[in-house]
Amino acid sequence: MSLTRDQIRRVAQLARIALPAQEADVVLERLNRVLSMIDQLQAVDTEGIEPMSHALDVVQPLRPDAVTETDQRAALQAGAPAVEDGLYLVPKVIE
Amino acid sequence: MLDSTLGELRAALAGRRVSSVELTGLYLARIRALNRATNAFISVDEEISLAQARAADARLARGEAGPLTGIPIAHKDIFCTRALRTTCGSRMLEHYRSPYDAHVVEQFDHAGAVVVGKTNMDEFAMGSSNETSWFGPVRNPWGKDLVPGGSSGGSAVAVAARMAPAATGTDTGGSIRQPAALTGVCGLKPTYGVVSRYGMIAFASSLDQAGPMARSAADLAPLLNVMAGHDPRDSTSLERPREDYARELGLALRGLRIGLPREYFGEGTDPGVLAAVRAAIAWYEAQGARTVPLELPNTALAVAVYYVLAPAEASSNLSRYDGVRYGHRAQQYADLLDMYCRTRAEGFGAEVQRRVLVGTYVLSHGYYDAYYLKAQKVRRLIARDFAAAFAQCDLIMGPTTPSTAFAIGAKTDDPVQMYLNDIFTIPAPLAGLPALSIPCGFDARGLPVGLQLMGPHFSEARLLGAAHRYQQATDWHRRVPSETPL
Repeated sequence: MSLTRDQIRRVAQLARIALPAQEADVVLERLNRVLSMIDQLQAVDTEGIEPMSHALDVVQPLRPDAVTETDQRAALQAGAPAVEDGLYLVPKVIE
Repeated sequence: MLDSTLGELRAALAGRRVSSVELTGLYLARIRALNRATNAFISVDEEISLAQARAADARLARGEAGPLTGIPIAHKDIFCTRALRTTCGSRMLEHYRSPYDAHVVEQFDHAGAVVVGKTNMDEFAMGSSNETSWFGPVRNPWGKDLVPGGSSGGSAVAVAARMAPAATGTDTGGSIRQPAALTGVCGLKPTYGVVSRYGMIAFASSLDQAGPMARSAADLAPLLNVMAGHDPRDSTSLERPREDYARELGLALRGLRIGLPREYFGEGTDPGVLAAVRAAIAWYEAQGARTVPLELPNTALAVAVYYVLAPAEASSNLSRYDGVRYGHRAQQYADLLDMYCRTRAEGFGAEVQRRVLVGTYVLSHGYYDAYYLKAQKVRRLIARDFAAAFAQCDLIMGPTTPSTAFAIGAKTDDPVQMYLNDIFTIPAPLAGLPALSIPCGFDARGLPVGLQLMGPHFSEARLLGAAHRYQQATDWHRRVPSETPL
């Protein structure tokens, strides 16, 4: 399976990564090398095999539904690119 | 003093033959002397380190010493620290100050260790050569034009060049063991869930695991004792009784069954690597260990499985870097969407972008079953191979890497060639197994070779014991790199 230029543009859009036109060919060529390497999985017979999502056979632990965190808004927002009145600022999205 | 083991340093501190301030000063001077050439550290703040050392000396004077009180260590820059910035090797986090300390950092702090700095690494731990760091490549002290491996290359070089007696690392597909092998040091990736991932910047969450790096197996044991333990802030952190990872350092080798997977000794591995590994195995046999030939038939598929699962998980984990809450934000943009896209194009380097794109693609509509689900199924086949193997043997040995250190720039144009370098280190994390790399000799060019020991879940103490017995009889782990003489 190898990607086309249109597909890579679509994937970059989904990933929210700007892909300048002049770089698209190099990115595409290297990406397709990776995809052709992982394509070898298609030939493996996995009939009846359960997917493995966790390294160990353990049960997800649960905790009591209690408040354990204190308000640290000021400390957590100290590293934000743009903040005003305790709110994160982003470019205007609603006219 | 720079060449001392952790045990010797602890004894010297306890006997007041040296103070932590003096010891820390020695390592800081060594870092000052060698960091320009090696680029092993991203951040060093001597004042903070010396303040920690003074506090350690006060504890020692009061007789309140913890297991590592006054011992200098280096943290991989993937662990969040309040005292120093945490960059993860990325422009995205170049100026990031964490509001909290990682669990591992807290544990070393409680044990009394002194942090001498944060080490360089491949960006977001994605790389096998330390060339993807925004802060430039790390250089191998065994040859200045050679890579040290990655992603924990800075930690490996810090230990190899005696800039720190020990360091922390993280391993997702080999990021502790591969650089340990390429720089002639020891590195242990514990069983998944043994060390909390809280405050360890996430790459591929079903695989990421922190572990210690040091110059000997005997030094790794007390470090893992400090790092391991349950932490409710990481839901995959296991609740298990505490164990002493040094308890099997006297392991009896007679009758020990060492599995030798055929797939780890085939073509494609340098003859010099195979020769050193075979010689080490022969030493074990001479001590009465028994070798068991076996097969791990799905080994060749591990790299493909990994390069579906790890990028998929990474694409999800790295979606948090959006230029809104912390980290880099592009200066110029048209609207919100453009701000995200430019921020991420500027903040992430080429390899991180490539993996996020691969991950986004394999998870995208219509491809999930064909790639992600398929890879999870083959992952189970690989885990089953190991389970069958450990029914016949106590541990598995083989090379850590197919070659010794390669030249900077040699594999940067071909991601697949770079990925294949991890063929022997990727299987253990896929199965969640503990694995250790120790030096076992040199190739014809004088470059260190790593012996990998893999064991069943929770067999860290046995692996360390087997390694320690070898290190009592050999001195490969004591050799000083040619570029950084003492």
